[in-house]
Amino acid sequence: MSTMSFLDRYLTPKLAIPRKTEFGAGILVSGTILACWAIATYTGFVTRDFLPAPSDVWNSFVEKVSNGSLQKHIGVSLTEIYLGFFLSSVIAIPIGIFMGGFKIVQAALEPVVNFMRYLPVTSLIPLLILWIGIGLEEKVAVIFLGTFFQQIVMVSDVARGVHADLFNVSYTLGATRGQIVSRVLVPATLSGVLDTLRVTMGWAWTFLVVAELVAASSGLGYMILQSMRGLDPAGIFVGIFVIGFLGLITDMAFKWIKRLVLPWEYVGK
Amino acid sequence: MTEVRLENVSVRFGESKATQITALENLDLVIPEQQFAVIVGPSGCGKSSCLDLVAGLNRATEGKTLFGDTLIEKPGPERGMVPQNYSLFPWLTVQKNVEFGLALNNTSKAEREERAANYVEAVGLTKFRDSYPSQLSGGMKQRVAIARALAVDPEVLLMDEPFGALDSQTRSVMQELLLKIWQKERKTVLFITHDIDEALFLGDVVYVMSARPGRIIDTIPVNIKRPRDYTVTTSAGFVKLKRRIMSSLHDEVDKALAIS
Ligand SMILES: Nc1ncnc2c1ncn2[C@@H]1O[C@H](COP(=O)(O)OP(=O)(O)O)[C@@H](O)[C@H]1O
Ligand SMILES: [Mg+2]
Repeated sequence: MSTMSFLDRYLTPKLAIPRKTEFGAGILVSGTILACWAIATYTGFVTRDFLPAPSDVWNSFVEKVSNGSLQKHIGVSLTEIYLGFFLSSVIAIPIGIFMGGFKIVQAALEPVVNFMRYLPVTSLIPLLILWIGIGLEEKVAVIFLGTFFQQIVMVSDVARGVHADLFNVSYTLGATRGQIVSRVLVPATLSGVLDTLRVTMGWAWTFLVVAELVAASSGLGYMILQSMRGLDPAGIFVGIFVIGFLGLITDMAFKWIKRLVLPWEYVGK
Repeated sequence: MTEVRLENVSVRFGESKATQITALENLDLVIPEQQFAVIVGPSGCGKSSCLDLVAGLNRATEGKTLFGDTLIEKPGPERGMVPQNYSLFPWLTVQKNVEFGLALNNTSKAEREERAANYVEAVGLTKFRDSYPSQLSGGMKQRVAIARALAVDPEVLLMDEPFGALDSQTRSVMQELLLKIWQKERKTVLFITHDIDEALFLGDVVYVMSARPGRIIDTIPVNIKRPRDYTVTTSAGFVKLKRRIMSSLHDEVDKALAIS
């Protein structure tokens, strides 16, 4: 190893650090949090009715899995979120690309999109409940409205960022306008679109849980609310952890998809 | 004869009279078929605007731009372009970048691959055919851009300071490579540069452009025999022509600096 001091090695902005250290730092912080939690609860420093101990959460988790209720709630929540997110993405991505690529589409849609974008979707929940009830459709609608306009704006920014030189050189190679869209504009936005999906997926989780907290008869948010009513903080923690893990898995899936469909961004890295 | 002909063209940018910029004014230029024509001029004088006219990427405010007998109104594959910033498709490999133009007009897969492979070889990148642009150096990227333009077999090759971003060693290698390819293909070339040595080394004729608004102020036939290599850049004939261009450009650069 070199003679660099600790300060030089770790406190120089952006300097690469050994992979082992990177991994260790992550473990250290998560481990410390877990340890503080265990010490605080097992020593009686905070009462377990207030903050459940790790083993209480684990037991509650095992119980919910063995009676099948956790799987049911997860199933409901995942259906709602993926349905809403999928519908939103499928429509928002092409609209966003056209909005970023064509000034006329931008001029036509921008006022509506920006108005809707600044409406907090949570304020629409009461209206949606009145209109379509508290079932699957309402959750899908909340997620859709929450992500759709954001996705349009973010994707259109990505499309607008595609350099005109790329179009010009394609024209001189004989491309028609249709080919410019399908062979240049769309592939050029792919990477940014995937980033947009990854970010908006995180928001979709928030909207879902809020919608389920407000009114639902199943789902993880509902499960959390039921635990609160039953004065069962361990149940609440199970809900929170499950949501966290599902989010983590989704995020990893996005990273994996990106590597798969954008090999050119990862070559030599 | 399909010559490139600019007749009394002016190009102005901006809508209001007050803020309008006149890039080109009453410019006349005729480039005969198969000529390697080089336009040299101070930066900001309107060289790119002139090239874009021929490419069909912008329109003259006044005057006519012709290719043979037809008015140039939009870009077309008979007028290929090599831009300064490479503009490669980052999501395509070297081979696929070169195939791009051929894929647009439904050339069969087999022919497309063969033609592209030939040009990839001509620019010396066969070993890198499956690499992505992000893995290439600047000189290699520009070679891909040249191969991509040539693969669709254009009648005119338009090059806008293609080697401007390269270091001087790489640049001279690229110049020799370009001449070698041109010797074989014999296309009309319109090459733009602000580098006098480059202009004289490459060109059949060097057109010297004035400071903005750009006009052609000198037309210099370069009577240096081909094939040329770097040794000609120190020959007496070369130096004499260089002095001639330098003296006319010197005044223009003075003017350009006074304007801005
Ligand atoms: N699209 C444009 N809009 C406004 N001004 C422009 C545009 N393109 C070029 N110009 C101006 O026209 C002049 C000539 O530009 P250009 O042809 O790019 O010069 P060169 O390539 O010789 O450096 C410059 O002053 C430039 O600022
Ligand atoms: Mg220029």
